[in-house]
Amino acid sequence: MAGQVATGSRSGLRSALPLLLPAYLWLTVAIFLPLSAMVFFSFMTELPLSGKAWFFTLENYATFFSQGLYLTLLLASLRLGLEVTLWCVVIGYPAAYVLAKVLKGRSREAIFLLVILPFWSNGLVRIFSWAMVLREGGILDTALNAVLPFKINIDLMYSYPAVIIGLVHSYVPYMVLTCYLTLQAIDDSLIEAGRSLGASRLQMLKRVIIPLSMPGLVAGAALIFVPVVGSFMEPRILGGRTGTFYGTVIEDQFVAVFNWPLGAALSFILLAVVLVILALASPVLKRAA
Amino acid sequence: MATTRILEWLGRLYIWLLLAFLYLPIIIMALMSFNVSPFYQLPFEWTTEWYAWLRQNDQLISATWNSVKIAMITTIICTALGTAASLALYRYEFRGKKFLQALLFPPIAIPWLITGTAMLIFFFGVGIGRGLFAILLGHVALALPYVIVVVSARLQTFAPELEEAARSLGANQWQVTRRVTLPWIMPGVIAGGLFAFAVSFDQFVVSYFLSTPGQTTLPVEIYAAIRKGFTPEINAVSTIIIVVSMALMLLTARFFKFGGEK
Repeated sequence: MAGQVATGSRSGLRSALPLLLPAYLWLTVAIFLPLSAMVFFSFMTELPLSGKAWFFTLENYATFFSQGLYLTLLLASLRLGLEVTLWCVVIGYPAAYVLAKVLKGRSREAIFLLVILPFWSNGLVRIFSWAMVLREGGILDTALNAVLPFKINIDLMYSYPAVIIGLVHSYVPYMVLTCYLTLQAIDDSLIEAGRSLGASRLQMLKRVIIPLSMPGLVAGAALIFVPVVGSFMEPRILGGRTGTFYGTVIEDQFVAVFNWPLGAALSFILLAVVLVILALASPVLKRAA
Repeated sequence: MATTRILEWLGRLYIWLLLAFLYLPIIIMALMSFNVSPFYQLPFEWTTEWYAWLRQNDQLISATWNSVKIAMITTIICTALGTAASLALYRYEFRGKKFLQALLFPPIAIPWLITGTAMLIFFFGVGIGRGLFAILLGHVALALPYVIVVVSARLQTFAPELEEAARSLGANQWQVTRRVTLPWIMPGVIAGGLFAFAVSFDQFVVSYFLSTPGQTTLPVEIYAAIRKGFTPEINAVSTIIIVVSMALMLLTARFFKFGGEK
């Protein structure tokens, strides 16, 4: 992205290196070496520091493939990611469209900011806030019972829908943001041209608007799907006992069971899945860039 | 075009519904932090008792200070290293530059669960261990790519002829950077710094894996409290954090437009 401009003689790695080195050294020590170490550890029986004897093994991966539990949980997490992503498309895309094509000027800027503002506030706290709303005797329950003539019990807390609601709430601003950016770039005259040639609203949407905003949809979907598959805090807080997913099992290996090598193997499998998904999404994203 | 008018009206209504979905839970949580009943019972009765309780909770206070300190140090380191790297990526052409730019992507794209557990394993393996220093190492690495992306975006609007002109007038490299380039990209640098602060201050997952009982940050402490059971005290401290981070983001928005109209 940067640097179509090379200032002639003042080019080259030698001049760039001193400026680049601190940042990339830091990233190496804190991101790239740890990721490599994780792969390494995932093939060990014990952590070398525990003092116990260790040797290389494939057992951690064998555990994943032989015990149906892990595969089931990975599939459950992938399904969770898919459902949350779909809801984010359904809820976020129309909002992005209204922002980009209906609202104008200052009100658009203000509302756009309001939509993406929560995204940068604390994710943990926002998940926690749903507990106030969803539990029995919580706000949703009380409000509905005040309005409805009959008595109902809304106790969504500690259920699968609660996890979905919390995650959609957390990630829908991403979808609005990425779709808004591509929708905004669509020239209004293109839409007018289509209309004047007799295309109906639905045809315009299907033939012009959705295809042109596809990169935004794919970017949003990738940015949502990947972290949701690896989520563990959200299912823990809102899902309770029903909230066991692949992410929570990895968390357990590190903070409860202390089987780090197995945890590393499980993490690495997740990383592989994530990389495949990003690779699948990248052609569409490249076309956009 | 009556249909158009109706559709536009529906669109506006829809946006407000979305905003309600996004903000209502947060507002309710904030209100409950001012409610007398510790079990969130209605009717609502006003109190600031829970905020007073916070002041006596030493564990939360020390975790808060840790969060603030780490976020501030992260901000300083990230703006310095990130601005330097952005300048290098902007000014110079060299082989492997595309690769270096692509390397900024994994820290943003890989789920924090994976990065966090990987850091835990590696830091443990090389003897850094867990604790505040490890958390700082992690936070800087997570925030750095954001700073580089934001500052690079600002550099795109910079005219390289300005540097050329300053140089032809006899300024040396350092003077050019300090007097010409830096002032121009300052809004980007400030926005990047605020991003870094937000990334660090709100970071939970990586801090969670790298913290020890005495050395934690506020989100980790809140998570532990939530898992023990809900109390209005958590609402109170959560309300404080959400107000702080939203204020911070509004401040960032003043310096950096998120892809809105240029």
